[in-house]
Order: sequence, then structure tokens, then C-alpha cells
Amino acid sequence: MILLVLIITPFVAALVLAFVGDRRFAPEINIFGSFLTFIAGVALAFEVYEHGPIIAGGKFFFVDAFSVYLSVLTAFVSMTTAVFSRGYMQREREHGRVGHLRMRFYHAMFQMFMFAMLLCLLTNNIGVLWIAMELATLSTVLLVSLYRTPNAIEAAWKYFILCGVGIAQALFGTVLLYFAAEKVIGEGGEALLWTNLIGVSGQLEPTVLSLAFVFLVVGYGTKVGLVPLHNWLPDAHSEGPTPISAVLSGLLLNIALYALVRCKVLVDGSTHTHYAGNIMMGFGIVSIVVASFSILRQKDIKRMFSYSSIEHMGIATFAFGLGGSIATFGALLHMLMHSLTKSSIFFTVGHACQMHRTQEIARIKGLFKGDSFVGWSLMLGAMAIAGMPPFGIFTSEFLILTATIKDVPLLTPFILIGLGVAFAGLLRKVQYMVSGDVPSYFEPLKTARAPVLLHMAMVLILAFYIPDFLNKWFHAAVELLK
Amino acid sequence: MNLQVLAQVNSFLAALVLLTAFAMLSQRKINSLVTLFAWQGLFLSINTAVVGFVASKHHLYISSLLTLSIKVILLPYILHVLVVRLKIRKDVETIVNIPTTMLIGIALVIFSYHLTAPVRQMSTLITRSTLAVALATVMIGLLMMITRKHAVTQIIGFLAMENGLFFAATSATYGMPLVVELGVALDVLIAAFIFGIFFFHISTTFDSLSVEQMESLREDT
Repeated sequence: MILLVLIITPFVAALVLAFVGDRRFAPEINIFGSFLTFIAGVALAFEVYEHGPIIAGGKFFFVDAFSVYLSVLTAFVSMTTAVFSRGYMQREREHGRVGHLRMRFYHAMFQMFMFAMLLCLLTNNIGVLWIAMELATLSTVLLVSLYRTPNAIEAAWKYFILCGVGIAQALFGTVLLYFAAEKVIGEGGEALLWTNLIGVSGQLEPTVLSLAFVFLVVGYGTKVGLVPLHNWLPDAHSEGPTPISAVLSGLLLNIALYALVRCKVLVDGSTHTHYAGNIMMGFGIVSIVVASFSILRQKDIKRMFSYSSIEHMGIATFAFGLGGSIATFGALLHMLMHSLTKSSIFFTVGHACQMHRTQEIARIKGLFKGDSFVGWSLMLGAMAIAGMPPFGIFTSEFLILTATIKDVPLLTPFILIGLGVAFAGLLRKVQYMVSGDVPSYFEPLKTARAPVLLHMAMVLILAFYIPDFLNKWFHAAVELLK
Repeated sequence: MNLQVLAQVNSFLAALVLLTAFAMLSQRKINSLVTLFAWQGLFLSINTAVVGFVASKHHLYISSLLTLSIKVILLPYILHVLVVRLKIRKDVETIVNIPTTMLIGIALVIFSYHLTAPVRQMSTLITRSTLAVALATVMIGLLMMITRKHAVTQIIGFLAMENGLFFAATSATYGMPLVVELGVALDVLIAAFIFGIFFFHISTTFDSLSVEQMESLREDT
């Protein structure tokens, strides 16, 4: 019941917003819809917490510890993003970058995107998982090109084509998976249900699953933004409106990784080797190193933080690939921390860009003096994302590093180099932007502080204290995945 | 009709699908490309119906009809209208010349046969030999997207890939469950809607549909 409310709310909100259009209260409807979704998510989480995994709707939906924690995270970040987007999009319209029609489209598609992501997380059918993933891409393509500048259209086209091609490979992988499953479970829809598959994963043909995983990792890996399949990501994340950058970086990457990890568990069950894990570790290491060096060269602030997203997704993918309790726990925590920190950074970056009317790092200056709140939150956000204590990312990276040193010590230097380079690159550039005098074109604005403060507070608190229920969720998820 | 004949028909249709894929690879005119795409969809649709008959899987008839209406009638029609409206008459430049592309295509077919060998050995379906053709169609679609720098041909390549995937599902497993097939068809429809919008945006912003001008977002090295 709660599950239905959770999945239906964003869909209904999308319809309502498409119908209401660009009225004065449209952003409030957007916030309210996201708020309802969040409440439903929390309620569902309590139910899973009390009674364990839920299968509902004729086995169509399945919620366990792993998916419920991501659902709550998705609903939470989309709620805070909706709050941030209210003021931000208002100003974008005053600056004449978007008109009535596009605002209507923006709000409706924002909710549609939430719907697609929640469907990914809640469905039991890995075919439907694929469909929802494609829907999530399609609903955001035209949001990336919302400003209709040549760069925005180029970015959106790349996003559309590259993710379309990538996700097509994942469909082929799914077909192969179905082929293997059908032999064991029998024909019909039952053979694509996760709950059935996981029970018989030991009997699935290992050669077919190994082949399927190659396609799945290329497909979903494109969406996670793993190097060398990451080409679309910095463009799409930097050219769209900032609220969309926040949800793309903070949420969509997580969902794609979720799909990949689900597939990995099946393949592991079938092959009984570390084959899938090794592939993921390889992609992870390459992503960490390449992305961190790319950070050094960026001139656009949003592009820089997009590369940092690739780096962090690389770390999480690596940790899931490594497996074992500590690494998996670290990866789950890392997904949560990255999501909260990165979306908070994008909120701040959005404010900074609007105040300077540019995304160029060289032209953003004097944030401490201009607006000390934005300056400090950018500085602290960058420190958090770079992995400085006392923020949560330090905790998760520390766990992952500990596991790496224990299991594959030879790979530790690569991760450390990646982290070090990213740290230096990010802080040097952020330092430049926050210090100095206020330039003449600086324009002070009213900022939405609540979302940033909320996210940063959570990242800070979770570094010291992980509440019991979260701990139990993570442990349950680790049991499922390792 | 006995099973043997139907298996022959199935292989023959698979050959035709592959042939249209190669024909698309060698075609420079966008109008002819759209026509070829429609033919490929038609062969696919007939093949799906034949497989549905052989395996007596009634949901495959629905998939067949869906393919017929979307990939043979609707999408080619939309593409045709767009080509006329946007006044695209010029031939498409290829990055790699066409004979070389064809050779790469042949290599891809051989590679696909090699890759799907373990699956074919395990399968007991009469359609198993066509799985390699399906994968080859996917890869040729991908090759087409890479070698043509034009928005419309990239989309046709993308849709040809989708055809290959659909074909793969029919030949490996007698089709995915209906809910998945319907969902995929829905996604294709939405994608069609989106690229239609895109063509207008690109042609108004860049004055032409060639994507070669879209290179401002590169990394400076």
C-alpha cells in the first residue's frame, strides 16, 4: 500500500504539473509532491525495517534493505532539490534563460524522473529495471538542453546517443540473462524476477552469464559514468540547469550502480569466481585515476565537480567489485555520502554561478567577501568531497582503503594517487574562487540555505555516528550483496 | 507446413535482415536509408510471427503487430516527414569510406558468430542459429552510428540496433515477457518523440543536421 503511494505520487505530481503549467504555485506543488514521496519512502523503510523484505503487486515489486535505503535517499535529495530549484529557476527566468513553456516542462519532467528512478529501485523484474533506466535517461535528455544554447544541445545529444547505445548493450545482456534463466525457471515472466533468479543463481549457466555480464557492465557502466564510457557525463552534468545537475550526479549515478550491483550478485552466484568483481574493480580503478587527473584541467566549475562524481562512482564500483563485508559496507556508505555531499555542492555552485553569471572558474572570485554563506559552504563542501575528516566521505573512503590494503594491497597506490590528485585539484581551484576581492559584476542574491545546511549537517553527523536503523540496513544489504 | 520448412523460412528472413543491415551500411542517401529501415522492420515483423507460429507463443503475434505498426509504419513515416520538413537532400558524408566499412561489417559478423557460440550450443530452439545474426545487426547499427556524422543517420543506426536487440530476444528465447516487450516499445516511442524535437533544435541552432559542428565541448589537451 505504502509502496504504491511511493511510486504513484511522483507520477501523479508529473501529470498535475504538466496540467497546471507555469503558475506561481507550481514550484510549491513540486516541493509538496517530493515531500509526500519522501514521507512514503520513510514509511516504507520502517515497514522493511520491522518486517523484512516486501514482495507485492503479484511479485512485480520487491523491496529489500538495499533498495529501500536508496529509495529514501532518492526521495530525500529530490525533496531538497525541489526546495533549491524554486528560487533558482525563478531567477533563471528573470534572467530570461527559460520561458513559460519550458518551466512547465521542467517541473513535469523533474517528477517524471523521480518516478523512473523509484521504479528502477522498487521493481522486481530486471526487464522493467532496464525500461525504467531508459525512461530516466529520456526524461532528463530534454532537461539538459533546456537552455537551448549550442553547447546545451550538443551535450544533450551526446547524452541521448551515448546513453542510448550503452543501455542497448545492457538490454542484450538482459536477453542473455533471460535465456539462461528460462532453462532453469521455465518460460514466461517469472524468469526475469529477481526474487526467483537469486534463488536459482547457482544453477544458471556460467558461460552465458559471464557473456551477459560483459554487456551489462558496458551498458549500465555507461550510465554510472565509468571511464572510458564516461564521455557524455561532464557535458550533460554541466550544461543543464543546476538542480538537474544535482539530481543527475547525486541520484541517477547511484541508480545505475544499483542495477549493476544487482546483476553482479547473480553472476557471482552462477560463476562462483571473482570474475564480475574483477571487471568492476578494473573499471573502478581506471575511473578513479583518469577522473582525478581530469579535475586538474577543468575551467568550468560544474564540469570539475562532474569529474569528481566520476571519481567517486569509480571508488564505489571498485569497492563493490572488491566485495567482502567491509568494502561493501564502505561502498554503501560512500554512495550515501557522495549523494548528499555532491548535491549540496551543486546547490552552492548554482548560487555562485548565478551571482557571477558565469560557470567559468577564472571569473568566479571573492565568495567569502561577497556572500560568506556560499563561500563557506563551497569551501567546506569541497573539503568534504575531497575526503577530509571530519566529513562522512572520509569514513567511507577509509573503510574502502582498509579493505583494499588487506585484500589487494597492490592496488592501494592507485587509489591513493587518485584521491591525492583530486584533493589537490579541487581545493586549489575552490581556494581561488572563495578568496580575493569581489569582482564588479558580482550580484548578491537571496540564497536557499536550508537544503545546503541539512545535507552538510547529515554528512557531518554520519561521520561520527551511524544510527542503529541505518547500521542494520547496511548490514542487511551487505548480507545480500557479498 | 512442417517444422523443417519453417526453420528454413526463419533462417531466410534472418539473412534478409542482415542483408538490409549491410545495405544500410552502404547507403548514402537518407531517404533510401529510411526505406531500408522500414524493410528491415518488415522482415523482423514477419519473422516474429513465424517464430510465434512455430513455438505457438501467442504473445509473439502481439510483438509482431507492434513491430509492424511502430517500426514499419510509424517511425519511417515520422522520419520521412522530418526529412521533408527539414529539407535534407544532401548525401551523408562518411568518415571511413564505404568499402572499408563493409569489410569491418563482415568482421563484426564473424565476431558475433564466435561470441554467441556457447549460447548456440546450449540452446534447443530452432531459432538458435539466428542469434549471431541478431548480434551482428546490433553491431552494424553501432558501426553506422560511429561512421556517419549526421543526426538522422545516427538515429537510424540507433533504431537498427534496437531492431537487432528485438531480433536477439526472439531468437534466443522466443521473445521477452510481454510486459518487457511493451515497455521497450514505449521507450522507443518516447525516444522517437525526443529525437524529432532534437532535429528541429539542432537544425535551428546549427543550421544543419550534421553533428560534426558539435565539437565545442571537448577536453582541451
